Amino acid sequence: MSRASLFVPLAVFALVVGIGYIGFSLEDPHRLPSALLGKPFPEFEAPLLYDPERTVTRRDLLGEPVLVNVWATWCPTCKAEHDELLRIGAATGLTIVGVNYKDDPQKAKQWLAAYGNPYRMVIQDPDGSLGVELGVYGAPESFLLDADGTIVYKRVGDINPRIWRDELGPLVGQLKDG
Amino acid sequence: MADGVPLSAVVLAAFALVFAAFVHAASPVDLYEFDSAEQEARYRALIAELRCPKCLNTNLAGSDAPIAADLRRTVHRLITEDGMSDAEVLDYLQARYGDFVLYDPPLRPATWLLWFGPPLFLLIGVLVVWRMLRRPPAAPLSDDETARLRAILDRD
Repeated sequence: MSRASLFVPLAVFALVVGIGYIGFSLEDPHRLPSALLGKPFPEFEAPLLYDPERTVTRRDLLGEPVLVNVWATWCPTCKAEHDELLRIGAATGLTIVGVNYKDDPQKAKQWLAAYGNPYRMVIQDPDGSLGVELGVYGAPESFLLDADGTIVYKRVGDINPRIWRDELGPLVGQLKDG
Repeated sequence: MADGVPLSAVVLAAFALVFAAFVHAASPVDLYEFDSAEQEARYRALIAELRCPKCLNTNLAGSDAPIAADLRRTVHRLITEDGMSDAEVLDYLQARYGDFVLYDPPLRPATWLLWFGPPLFLLIGVLVVWRMLRRPPAAPLSDDETARLRAILDRD
């Protein structure tokens, strides 16, 4: 047996460790690639939080870029991103539509009254069925739609200043220019 | 400890209790109605086959996560109200949640390693074993070497 071949087990071990390191560190296993990117926002029909008599549909989201933000009062990360949504709405004039996901309408209204309302309208999704259409598996999740209602960006987790600067903001800029 | 009850029986009973608790926790029960036993069987097979998006390795049938309950309700609705076939239900969920929800992922370039990795590793293993078996046995020691070996072994 040649001397070099003594190192084969070590090399194999290093390879396994390397693959394991990449496999476990590069990708957050909780983050699913979005199946809806580049697809039209799904058809839906749901009541508004502040006007439950009125139902809105996909058509109400068309005509300009819209950020659809799925949130709930039971979701701490939604509270964490709230200030950034308020800032984005005020500073850029981007239309933000809320989807109140599996929540109590009363609590949702109190929450928005207490912390401020960044949404042009809030859609109720008490049983999470719009959430299923959107492939939502936790809140918050946000979808950026172009004027034709195509999903051009999806974020699972909070919208924070870094996400706005690096990912969302430039896309919104492109949509508004183009 | 009660008289006359062997310790092993007590331990066994304790294990049984703990295990029963796990079984219970792992099977959330939804009381859904079906038009036929066949529909119910399809529902059970589908929720066993679909993966809960929030959990890393639990199927819809075994998860207590709210999203799993929502998806079980969705599967029930798709079967009983929309009359979808099994393949249509799988397509419906895959279109929204991606390959992740399928425990049986489709064959495509991104999943080649997943599908061909295990046979590949088996092949490498077989090659290694084959080479080891094919290696000629070591030549027998010469008389000189035998004498040296004996001297070493007898040294102490």
